[in-house]
Order: sequence, then C-alpha cells, then structure tokens
Amino acid sequence: MKTQMSSKQYEQYIKDKLPKPRSLRNCIAAFVVGGFICDVAQFISNITKSYGYSPEAIASITATTMVFLGAFLTGLGIYDRIGRFAGAGSIVPITGFANSIVSPAMEFKREGFVFGVGAKMFVLAGPVLVYGISASIIIGFIYYLFGK
Amino acid sequence: MASKRLGNQTLKLSSPPSMISNASIVGPKEGEGPLAQFFDNILKDDYFGEESWEKAESKMLKEAVKNAIKASGRSNTNINFMFAGDLLNQIVSSSFAARELQIPFVGLYGACSTMAESICMGSMLIDGGFGEAVVCATSSHFSSAERQYRFPLEQGVQRPPFAQWTVTGAGATVLAEAGNGPFITCVTIGKVMDFGIKDANNMGAAMAPAAVDTITAHLNETGRSPEYYDLILTGDLGNIGKAITLDMMQKEGFDIKKVYNDCGSMIYDGAKQDTDAGGSGCGCSAVVLNGYIAKEMKKGNLNRVLLVATGALLSPTTSWQGESIPSIAHAVAIEKTVGEGT
Repeated sequence: MKTQMSSKQYEQYIKDKLPKPRSLRNCIAAFVVGGFICDVAQFISNITKSYGYSPEAIASITATTMVFLGAFLTGLGIYDRIGRFAGAGSIVPITGFANSIVSPAMEFKREGFVFGVGAKMFVLAGPVLVYGISASIIIGFIYYLFGK
Repeated sequence: MASKRLGNQTLKLSSPPSMISNASIVGPKEGEGPLAQFFDNILKDDYFGEESWEKAESKMLKEAVKNAIKASGRSNTNINFMFAGDLLNQIVSSSFAARELQIPFVGLYGACSTMAESICMGSMLIDGGFGEAVVCATSSHFSSAERQYRFPLEQGVQRPPFAQWTVTGAGATVLAEAGNGPFITCVTIGKVMDFGIKDANNMGAAMAPAAVDTITAHLNETGRSPEYYDLILTGDLGNIGKAITLDMMQKEGFDIKKVYNDCGSMIYDGAKQDTDAGGSGCGCSAVVLNGYIAKEMKKGNLNRVLLVATGALLSPTTSWQGESIPSIAHAVAIEKTVGEGT
C-alpha cells in the first residue's frame, strides 16, 4: 500500500467520514427523560411529605424507591432501552446508579454468586463509589477545617 | 523460489481446492435482516437451548460444522482437519466444539478475519497434499462478545453512531481436493496494519487500512484488475469502514466502487434494525460467505468473488491501557471455474 499516514493525519482524514454525533437530539432526549425521572422522584417525595414524615425520612424513602424502580426496570429489560434513547438523562439520576449495579449482577450470574455476582456487581459502580466517597472525605475535611 | 508464490503475500493454489459444502446458522436479529433467505438455519432464541451465551455460541459453531459435513456427504472421520477460531478468550467456542467433533483440530485466532484465515490455511494444506478434505469454521455471538469487550447487556448506555453490532452466527465450509467448485484459486495473507485508532467502538476506521493493504497487494501480485471479480467483499468494516476503504482504494489507483461491498453493511437493515454502522464479528463474514455467497455462486449469479475478511486484533486489556487497534485482513479468491483469464 502506497498510502502512509501518521495517526494524526489518519484521524483528520476520516473525520468527515464519521457520522456527526446527534448532540441536539441527545440533549433534548436527556432533558425530557431526566426531567421525567426527577418528576417521579418529586411526586414520591410530595406523597411521603403528605403523610407527615420527617425530611430525613422523606429523602431516604424517595431515594430507596427510585433505586428500586431503576433495579426493577433493569430486571425487566426496559432500562437499557430507556438508556439507549436518553443517554445521560437516565444515567445521571440515582436510577442509573441502580442500573449500573443490577446489570452486571444479572450478566455475571452464570459465573456463580461469588466470582460472578459478588465480584462483578460493582464493576461499573465501583469507580463512582471510590471517587465519590474520596471526594466527600476531602470536602468533609475542608469543611471541618474552614467551614465553621 | 517457491513456485506457488505470486508475491510477498499472495499464493496461487496449483490444484485449487473445491468448496464442496457450506452451512450457516444465525440468530433471530440476523434472521430478520435483508439476507435472511440465504441462511440455512435461523435460531428463534439466541440461547439456542443452552444456559449461557458462551455455550450457545459453541453449539452454533458445532452445529454449523456438523451441517456442512453432512451436506458434503462425508462423515467426521473422513474430514482430515478442522480449522476454527472465534472471539472469546482462549477461543473456547471453537475448542469446546472440537472436543465433541473429534476431528484433528487447529485453533486459529484472527479475530473477525477468521473465516478467510481458516480457508487460507485449509486450502494451503489441501494443495500441499497433506489432506483431502478439511472443514473451516468460525462463530460470534452478540451477547458473549458484548460482555467480553463492552458492557453488560442491560446497562442503559448510548452507542455512538459509528458503533457496530456483533453478528450472532456461525458458518462452516468444507474444502476438498476433488469437487466441482467453486474453487479457492488464490489466497493473500495480510499484514498487521495500525493507523492509530484507539476507540474500540470505531472498528471500521481501525480495520479499513488493513483491508486496503490486502486488496492492493492481491491485485498487484495477481495482476488482476478489480473488474476481474464480480464482487470484492470485505468482512465487517460496516458503513464507515466501507466508505474509508473505497476512498483509500481510489488513492491507491484502484476504482473498486462497482464491485465492492461489505458483509457488515449487507447483513442488517440499519434504518429498521437500529444497528448503527452495521454488523461485525467473526460470524459476519462467515454467514455471508456460507449463506449468501455460496448460494449465489451455485445459482451462477456470482462467478468470481474476493472475500477479504477483516479482524481487529485488540483485547479489552490493551484498550484500557490506551493502545491503538492493530488490524489484519486476509483475502480468498473464490472462482466458479479455474483457468479462465489470469
């Protein structure tokens, strides 16, 4: 082959041959679906409030219910379709977090409960937990030192 | 100088082996695609009655081999060798199938180029007089490939528009010393090419240079023009890789537009089946060859076909370590009759 290109040149060369990402469509889908998930959570929050629960209890009940819904829809094979359509709109809310734990747990069940479900369950959520908890510890320190 | 060599990469088979039978098995999604009528067996359930996708894939490969041997009118005992490979770690689909078939087995790894790679090896073996019949096979499964290379199936993520869809399917070809054709006349063994693509979703762009290199070498070393063939068919470049290949071939001085297509672009109806840039996987070129090409050659709609199966030689580990994707393409010239033209 006569053609020789560096990786930069090749990247440039194929640029106009790659389909354009559908950014506008993706943003709208994420906005609508993400907004809808938040509406559902708000609805649950309002209902529990009307029963007279404390603010802490309302937050826990709402989060738990949303996690359950995310896991349930994953189990039914619906959440991945929502995700394909909505992208970040369904990944960012807590339902997406539930999906990221339940989907590998389901996938790796064949490898058994120890090396499959147990070992692989947090393969996607693990990094989020590691850096999320690390960040909260750092922020906690800063708050302890300067926040008062 | 070895007399069967036409050049650095191309070999001419002096007594061309005949492709005496073929078998193809596909999953439900491929069975709804535009090539459905050409497949021998369309599964209703992609578990194929097994409890895991890996087992289902191995069973598909085993059944494809069995069906091809049955169609050839032989039995396992008078097939001298089995050449097979697949995408799963340690090529387990192939070796687990070979465990039950009890045919002397040569395991190959060429990623999605395996169909052409196995035919290259099988035809050389027959032409060399080391056997009189061999079976060449490969398989891939959407779900087993996804879990090995990408994300769990139920995870809600968006696929980039240039991503490809791994074909669930297996194909097997029986080659024999004696037969009425179509014949394997020439094979071109590819070199590993790497133009620096790192995105494992962008397989078409990563593999296109390998396809271009092999097609160019084949045409130059055989002295054939693209029009010699009714069809030059790449394995699984998909719509994007196909466009890049056409353009790069133009740069090389070959206009292949009239005779060129890609198995990955043919196997799905992208608009209806939501497969983004098209099909990929070992099964892609395997089922198109053993389904569509085999049947169209039998009918006489195609007489000379150059199958250029393409493979991306990456692993999930190399991708995580930030390596680019080395790729390969092997070409097999399949002709209805031998000895016409050059």
